Amino acid sequence: MPFPTISRPRPINTRFEHGSDASVSLSSPVTHKTSAQLSLEHLLQGTTPGVPAQAKSGSVSSTKARDAKPRLLLMGLRRSGKSSIASVVFHKMPPNETLFLESTTRIQKDSIHSFMDFQVWDFPGQLEYLEPSFDLEDIFGSLGALVWVIDAQDDYLDSVARLNRTILTVQQYYPGINIEVFIHKVDGLSDEYRTDTFQDIVQRISDELSDAGYENAPVHYYLTSIYDYSVFEAFSKVIQKLIPNLSTLENLINTLGNNCGFEKTYLFDVLSKIYIASDTRPVDMACYEMCSDYIDVIVDISELYSWDHPDRKPKGDQIQEAESHVVLHDETMIHLMEMNKYLCLVSVIRNSESKEKRGLIDMNCRTFQDALNDVFSRSWEQDEQST
Amino acid sequence: MDARKKKRKVLLMGKSGSGKSSMRSIIFSNYVAKDVRRLGATIDVEHSHVKFMGNLTLNLWDCGGQDAFMETYLASQRGNIFSDVAVLIYVFDIESREVERDLDTYNAIIEALREFSPNAYVFCLVHKMDLIQGEHRQRIYEERSALIRSRSAHFRVDTFGSSIWDQSLYKAWAGIVHKLIPNLTVIERFLTAFAKKIDAEEVILFERSTFLTVTSVTSEVGDLNPIYDRHERLSNIMKAFKHCAARNTLTTPASAGFVVMHTKTPQFNIFLGRFTDNTYIFLVVPPGEAAYNCAVLNTMLAREGFSKAAAGGRGDGFPLPPPRHLRTMLRTD
Repeated sequence: MPFPTISRPRPINTRFEHGSDASVSLSSPVTHKTSAQLSLEHLLQGTTPGVPAQAKSGSVSSTKARDAKPRLLLMGLRRSGKSSIASVVFHKMPPNETLFLESTTRIQKDSIHSFMDFQVWDFPGQLEYLEPSFDLEDIFGSLGALVWVIDAQDDYLDSVARLNRTILTVQQYYPGINIEVFIHKVDGLSDEYRTDTFQDIVQRISDELSDAGYENAPVHYYLTSIYDYSVFEAFSKVIQKLIPNLSTLENLINTLGNNCGFEKTYLFDVLSKIYIASDTRPVDMACYEMCSDYIDVIVDISELYSWDHPDRKPKGDQIQEAESHVVLHDETMIHLMEMNKYLCLVSVIRNSESKEKRGLIDMNCRTFQDALNDVFSRSWEQDEQST
Repeated sequence: MDARKKKRKVLLMGKSGSGKSSMRSIIFSNYVAKDVRRLGATIDVEHSHVKFMGNLTLNLWDCGGQDAFMETYLASQRGNIFSDVAVLIYVFDIESREVERDLDTYNAIIEALREFSPNAYVFCLVHKMDLIQGEHRQRIYEERSALIRSRSAHFRVDTFGSSIWDQSLYKAWAGIVHKLIPNLTVIERFLTAFAKKIDAEEVILFERSTFLTVTSVTSEVGDLNPIYDRHERLSNIMKAFKHCAARNTLTTPASAGFVVMHTKTPQFNIFLGRFTDNTYIFLVVPPGEAAYNCAVLNTMLAREGFSKAAAGGRGDGFPLPPPRHLRTMLRTD
C-alpha cells in the first residue's frame, strides 16, 4: 500500500544547493564533504560508512513503494523530552523513570513492528542536521511525520525559531510532510498558563511562517505530558494520519458502534496503547483512559496465568481470540476483543439494552474482525508465511 | 450484638517517618502511592475502624512515632495502649541510620506488649524496600529480619519486606489479615470443595474494598504456576483499575468497584464477581466455553446460598451450613 506522504523530492529553488548539479540529482542535494565530516555524519546517523549516501537513497526510493516504512522523526531542542516520549510510548517505561535517561548523543532508530511497521528516529537536540553535510534525503525521505517537541516550561523562543527554520528548509523538498508540534511538559503548568503558552506558540509559528511566504502550513499542535494520557492521545493522532485506509476503518467502527449501541469504540494497538482508529464521536478522555487501562489489566492478568505446562489441558472448544468484559459499579460495561496479534477493539457500553445482548455483540465484533483483516491483509501475514 | 462480630485491636507502630500512615492510607483509604506525599506527621494516636469481611472489624491504632510520643506510650499510657492488642505491626525503615536505636525502641515496645497482651501476633515490616538496589534486596532484608527476631522476646514474629510502590505491600497486609479472620478454616474447606467441583485451577477470595487476598485454593495443576507473587500482583492490578474507574466515572474510589468481569483467552478463563457482601471471588478455569459457563453458573448458585445464610443472621454468610449447596450444583461433565 503506497503511502501518500512519500514523494520524490523536488527542489523548488536552488538557494540551498551548492552548484548547478543539484538540480540534476533527484534524490539529494549534492554537497562536498570532507572525509572527517563524512565519518562524523555516519557516526551520528548510525549508518555504515562505505556506501555512498546517494547510491543508497537511490535504491531505497525504488523499493519504497512496496515496503514503505513510514518514519516518525522526533526533534526539538536538547532536554525537551524527546527520548522520554519515545521510551514511555514505545518501551512502556514508567514516566518517573525517564528522569534517569541519559541525553541522546546520536540518532536513535527504533523499528516498531505492529499492525503497520514504522520507524521512530530520536534526534539528539544539538545535532545540526540542516548543515549541508547531512543528507536530507536520508533523513526526510520516506518521512511520515516530523514531531517537534517544545518544552513548555522553558524559554521556547529558540525552539520556535529552529522549528521554523526546519519547516522552511524541509518543505522545499518534501511539501507533503506533516509537522506535529508537541507542546510538552504541560503537567507542571496551571490551566490558564497552559492555554496562554499554547496560543503564544501557535501564534509565533504561524506568523513567522506566513512572513516567510508559507501560508497554511500543515502544522498541528498538541499539549502533551508523559504523566497522563495526553502523549498517547497525541501520538494516536499522529499515527492515524499515516494510515492509508483510516476512513474505511472509521466507517467500519461507526457501523459497528451504531448497531451494537456502543458509546465509544477504539481500535487499539496493544503494545503501545496508541489507538489507530475510533468512531467519529467526540473523543472522551474518560472513556479513553478506562479502555487503555483495561487493556493493561488484561495484559497483566494474562501474564500471570499464561504459563505453559503439559498438564494444562483445555476442557472444551473455545474461540481462539481473547475476549473480555467488565461491568463497573455504575453499570458501565467495557468490552474488549482481540482482533489479531497487534490490535484489539475496546468499547464502552452504557446502553442497558445492548448489554443484555452480549451474544450479538460478540458476533458483530467477529464480523468486524473479518472486515478489519481484509482491510489490513498486508505484509505481516506474508512475513509469517515466509518465516 | 452478634457474638461472632469481632473487633480486633491492631497497633501500628514504628519510628517517625517510617511509613505507617502511608501504607494504612493506601490499603484502607484508597490512596494511590504518589498521594501519600500529602500526609503530614501523625500526632499522638489516630484511631480508625476498618470493616473487614463483615463480621470482623479492625480497630486500627496508628501511633505517631516521634520520640516524645513513644515515651508516653511506654510510660503514662502503657496500660491503655498495650492492653487487648490482637496484632502489633511494627514498621522499620530500611534506610534508617540508627538501626541499633530503632531496635532498642522496638525491644521496649515488645516488653510492654508482653506485659499486657502476651498472646498478640507480631508482624514486622521492613519498609521502603524500593530504595535498595534490586540485587541486594533479599540479602539486606534477611539480615535485618534476623536482627529483629533476635530482639523479639518470646514472640514468633512474621517479617515482610514491603514498599508502597509495588505489590509487596499487599503481600504483607494479606498475610496480616489472614491471621485475623475468624472461621478461616470453614471458608477454606468450602473453597476447596467448590474448586474441585468446578474443576478450577485456582479460586481466590478478595476483600471488596481493599482487594487484599483473604484466602485462596489451588488445584494440583494450578500449583505449577511459576509466578508465586500472583495474588499480590492481582490485588495491585485490580486496585489500580478501580482507581482509574473511579476517576473516570466521577466517584470516590471507595464507592467504585466491579460487578462482574469475564475474561476468555486460549490459555485460561477468568471470572471475577461479587461473592458475599464484602468479598469478590476470582476463578481461574481451563479454556472451554461450556465448562466456563457452568463454573460461572455454579458460582452464582453458591452465592445465593451464601446470601440466604447471611439473611438468616449469620453475618457475612460464613460459616456455612454444611455443604448442602454443593450437592445441588450442576455437574460440569
